[in-house]
Amino acid sequence: MKTLRPNLPGSRTLAAALLASGALLAPAAAPAQEDETTITAVMHSGLRVLDPVITTAHITRNHGYMVYDVLTAVNEDFEPQPQMADWEVSDDGLTYTFTLRDGLMFHDGAPVTAADAVASLNRWGNRDSGGQLIFDVTESLEAQDEKTLVWTLTEPFPPLMDVISKQSAVPPFIMPARVAETSPDETITEYVGSGPFIFNEEEYEPGVSVTYEKFDDYVPREEDPSWMAGGKVVNVDRVVWTTMPDNLTAMNALAAGEIDYLEQVQIDLMPILENAPGVTVEMRDPLGYVTIGRPNFLHPPFDNKQIRQAALAALGQEQMLATMQGDPEYYNVCGAIFGCATPLGDESGSEIVTGGPDPERSKELLEEAGYDGTPVVLMAPTDVVSLVNQPVVAAQALREGGFEVEMQSMDWQSVVQRRAQQAPIGEGGWNMFFTNWMVPEISDPLINVMVNGRGDDAWFGWPDDPEIEEMRAAFVAAESAEAQKEVAVEIQEHVMDNVNYIMMGEYLIPQARRDAIQNMIQSPVPVFWNMTKDAE
Amino acid sequence: MFGYILKRLLATIPVLLIVAVFVFLLLRLTPGDPAAILAGDAATPAQLERIRDRLGLNDPLLVQFVTWFGQMLKGDLGTSLISNTDVVDMVSDRLGPTINIALMTIVISVLLAVPMGVIAAWRHRTWIDFAVMSFSVLGFSVPVFVIGYILIQIFAIELRWVPVQGYASPSDGIGAFFSRAILPSLTLATIYVALIARMTRASMLEVLGEDYIRTARAKGVRENVVLFRHALRNAAVPILTIIGTGFALLISGVVVTESVFNIPGIGRLTVDAILARDYPVIQAMILLTAGIYVLVNLIVDVSYSFFDPRIRY
Repeated sequence: MKTLRPNLPGSRTLAAALLASGALLAPAAAPAQEDETTITAVMHSGLRVLDPVITTAHITRNHGYMVYDVLTAVNEDFEPQPQMADWEVSDDGLTYTFTLRDGLMFHDGAPVTAADAVASLNRWGNRDSGGQLIFDVTESLEAQDEKTLVWTLTEPFPPLMDVISKQSAVPPFIMPARVAETSPDETITEYVGSGPFIFNEEEYEPGVSVTYEKFDDYVPREEDPSWMAGGKVVNVDRVVWTTMPDNLTAMNALAAGEIDYLEQVQIDLMPILENAPGVTVEMRDPLGYVTIGRPNFLHPPFDNKQIRQAALAALGQEQMLATMQGDPEYYNVCGAIFGCATPLGDESGSEIVTGGPDPERSKELLEEAGYDGTPVVLMAPTDVVSLVNQPVVAAQALREGGFEVEMQSMDWQSVVQRRAQQAPIGEGGWNMFFTNWMVPEISDPLINVMVNGRGDDAWFGWPDDPEIEEMRAAFVAAESAEAQKEVAVEIQEHVMDNVNYIMMGEYLIPQARRDAIQNMIQSPVPVFWNMTKDAE
Repeated sequence: MFGYILKRLLATIPVLLIVAVFVFLLLRLTPGDPAAILAGDAATPAQLERIRDRLGLNDPLLVQFVTWFGQMLKGDLGTSLISNTDVVDMVSDRLGPTINIALMTIVISVLLAVPMGVIAAWRHRTWIDFAVMSFSVLGFSVPVFVIGYILIQIFAIELRWVPVQGYASPSDGIGAFFSRAILPSLTLATIYVALIARMTRASMLEVLGEDYIRTARAKGVRENVVLFRHALRNAAVPILTIIGTGFALLISGVVVTESVFNIPGIGRLTVDAILARDYPVIQAMILLTAGIYVLVNLIVDVSYSFFDPRIRY
């Protein structure tokens, strides 16, 4: 057989194609850092719901702050500040008069009127639990003229300004009246706000990317920005949020300068960025998040207070947080149900969980309660990274504390559906699940859904707890910050005794940015006003 | 031939109907609640119930099915329960990246794998054969995401020849497209090169033992003509089957690669829709996947006759 040089079909073409493509490659890799007018950011999740009133999803709330503005907003000291409007309260505390500031305009060019604000507040009041409480005591909410709206109450509601100025979960974003008249149970279909950025509908790809353009006619306030209050001065032309499902890819993209900002850095991958030149890793939100366990009050064994207390003794925060986060720099043992760094934060009665675990105390309590070995059905989501560890640690700790535990693994969607089931355990019910909140979402008794004690109308777990309802009513009636704090401490002690939920501690998630990105304000919500981008 | 194609196309209708019914029922029997995803964590049971009502999720199953099916017959696949976007728009936006990456992968795979398989068979039991087969085993064994990360590390981070991630449509410029599509395509091609090379080698080995090959060689036909005109053409049918199935698999199952390279394709769309129980999107994706499989199989079957004239329809 003769030797031959195989005449491979297409080999020359292939070589030519590879050469040609190689020649084209280098100039195509244009990094994001070269464009000083656009900020490319990778956010914690893809934006899919564009209605910031129908959902409590953080990414949609963040979108809301880009596109819409709010009447008032709390600053970093949790104090309500004027944003679109100033306000006055009558001496009897029954009439709130808001006056819109000059220059407010929607993205379609129409002026913002008091009627728009009234319609927006009405829709928000239907969705938000704090808003519902205000509307329970509302006599009327009316536009007096183009710029003035008057909110009249049937009885004083001292925390009204705190509720409408809150930063999470559902702030009352102001939309044009025609949009705000959409049913609160349907998503809006027109996305016109009066905020500092315009939503670019044409470039929007749900779950993939969203583009915002600077709204040139936005008139910022003159005060310095502080959280969601103060001057929202936009220094770039465009902000693009892109979704990257793989955190490693996002980190590599940031290190290579293809993106400017990464909202959440996975802690075990931090070394990649710590060694990357031109990248800064930092804490934007010093308040962070809490992780909590919620028992079901309807069924054994957690229908028994002493058994709930046993669970509290069996679980230890340090163990849980160390498993979740690893690095102690990014977690905080904290027994305050309203968060350790908030005005209402207090750790009274929490030693049992902050000092734990104490399996012996748990066993004693179980014996006193006559625990009959009924297994605790613990729902364990397998597909949400920030919720995977808690049930595993809890199951082991509860077993060591004398409980029988049946951990059931499922995807988060199944947890979400099942936790709404009030049925007994054998018919699809449950005993305990874990979830996470941002600290501002649990920071007072009106915002924190887990201290609602209205039985079937309460949040999943359904505690029928008239005592806590009385305390919440006292909180609403409290006329000074000191009086509010006193009630908050009572609620703290009550929750630790009655175990309405188990505070498992606070944790922090760092962000990362290219060094060219400067002047980002510290806030639980990542905002893109005030931010500047320099040439690298 | 035309009659055969028409018959096959008509036969897809009952297949798609069965898939539609099956998928619809399966999804409704799976636990999960799109209203809860829409409303977020703090929604009360009463609020969720009202949203379910609005979305039509509380209607009897039959009513939901008839509504969806009626819309589907009119070419309307509905609206996403989560993003309120038209499903046809969503799918068509995401189909382009997936198809383009799949085509590039198949082209790279065929260009590399077929010659590799032919040479391995021709040089049976030599070091070339062992090298090709070793590569093949490696291609099968190493997980796709590992290959992806290695390629990113070398070509995007160390050499900086291409971007780490992202996708650009060919309409944005052929350079931009190639620079972003080359790494994901090479990543995906690893397994397909392995598969097609193995199949080509096995098929060629069988054919190279045939009498007519010996006759051709005895008549002094040049070896490359023997290999590529006589042998490869006769070995083509199983190779084509693998290429066709591979293409369909690439369209429907590249979610890991899409995640690693941040490509907004239909793999990610499907997984996101499943996690959010976005029924209309999942239904559309499964119907589309079924349709692609049927179509690709038809194309493969028809192409047999071009390579093997004995096959007639």
